[in-house]
Amino acid sequence: MALDLTPLGVPSPRPRARWLAPLSIALASLITILPVVATVPFLPPFGLLMLLGWRLTRADALRVWAAAPLGLFDDLVSGQPFGSAMFLWTACMLIIDVLETRIVWRNFWQDWLIAAGATGFVLIAGRFIAAPISAKVDAALLLQAGASAMLFPLASRLCAWLDRDVQKA
Amino acid sequence: MAPPRNRRPGFSRRAQYGLFFSYVAAIGLLLIGGTLVLVSRYNPHLFAALRSTVAEVTTPVSSGLDAARRGIGGVPGAIGSYFGVRGENARLKRQIEAEHAALQRALGLERENQRLRLLLKARDATPETIVVARLVNSSASSTRRYATLNAGSWQRVAQGQPVRDGAGLIGQVVEAGPNASRVLLVTDPDSTIPVRRASDGLPAIVTGRGDGTLDVRAANAAANPFRPGDLLVTSGTGGVFPPNIPIGRITQIGRDSATAAPVSNPDMADFVMVLRVFLPEPAPPPQPFPTPKAK
Repeated sequence: MALDLTPLGVPSPRPRARWLAPLSIALASLITILPVVATVPFLPPFGLLMLLGWRLTRADALRVWAAAPLGLFDDLVSGQPFGSAMFLWTACMLIIDVLETRIVWRNFWQDWLIAAGATGFVLIAGRFIAAPISAKVDAALLLQAGASAMLFPLASRLCAWLDRDVQKA
Repeated sequence: MAPPRNRRPGFSRRAQYGLFFSYVAAIGLLLIGGTLVLVSRYNPHLFAALRSTVAEVTTPVSSGLDAARRGIGGVPGAIGSYFGVRGENARLKRQIEAEHAALQRALGLERENQRLRLLLKARDATPETIVVARLVNSSASSTRRYATLNAGSWQRVAQGQPVRDGAGLIGQVVEAGPNASRVLLVTDPDSTIPVRRASDGLPAIVTGRGDGTLDVRAANAAANPFRPGDLLVTSGTGGVFPPNIPIGRITQIGRDSATAAPVSNPDMADFVMVLRVFLPEPAPPPQPFPTPKAK
């Protein structure tokens, strides 16, 4: 957000996170092309996990609207109705922005809690958007949400590793 | 984590407006996303062209990964069969001699059978197969059950065609791209298929439950007439699915519906067959002859 600042008139080098973050999120969305024909929803939403990882470890890597096109791409490969991830991911980004003004000094556990809430929200809302109420997918969905929450630290570490070119002040 | 830098990005008007408009854009895109959800709820295949464009790119990758998976899965069997092959060779030679007589008898029966069939003018009731292809990936992170087939309209696959494997019905093509198409599996919560019980022809409706099993409701009986083990086959009602394709076997009896396990596992199927639509849609009624307008 404050990338336009040029202290002392010397422009800082453009961090590679600006292009690597969208690329890694889109690649994570593409994990559904694995050759498995599933009978239950068992894969966690890796694209969303990477989005949350980037947003919570490096807030200025993504513009606030970047979740919408990335979510739209996720909808094209995930099988969810078109527009659902665009809507839910952007909502997550805005909610995290609001939370960031309230919970200012956060540690990793709080980030993890926020990410678990966000993945749970997206999965459950996506279930109601995609499948009729009568579908018996809730047990699998809870397992999927739990697995996604457990995987967030990995996604967060991966984002930090991809972002290692930044010189810490 | 350190708090983000001050939300006001300095005194630069340009930066302030940039931040403001990025939020305007985010909320605008959020609303567009909500609209798209509503649109695709009422017309789920409106964006099929976009999806199939992406599928055209991803399906070859999936097909390659699928071939690699099958290749690696076949390695232990290949090693075992290499060592077993000498003993098997000797055994098979003995077996061939023993079965030669039986084969001659069977060939005679086959010729007789063909003659009798010609007499009856009976035709095989198997509908024409359009293409044999593989299911290469699926919507594994979604609550919907779609799979991608690595054949499309270039192989004459079209929307609405049934898909089966050797064991039974797998689903129906819902979107067909040039070289890849989307199959709605029978276990999807939105899939509804008219069936009948194989033993006595009792009509029923099979709906997917989303957890890999099927929900079965008798079409006209008030009580629940099913017993565990009943085999369900497609009835041909509605004209999409050809009759007599097995679809599931009853496992559990509920109060007003029964649960069935599908007979075919799409992940284990080596190949699937895309079938012709049983009864194609009738031609549209002739347009009334345009009468000249009275002045």
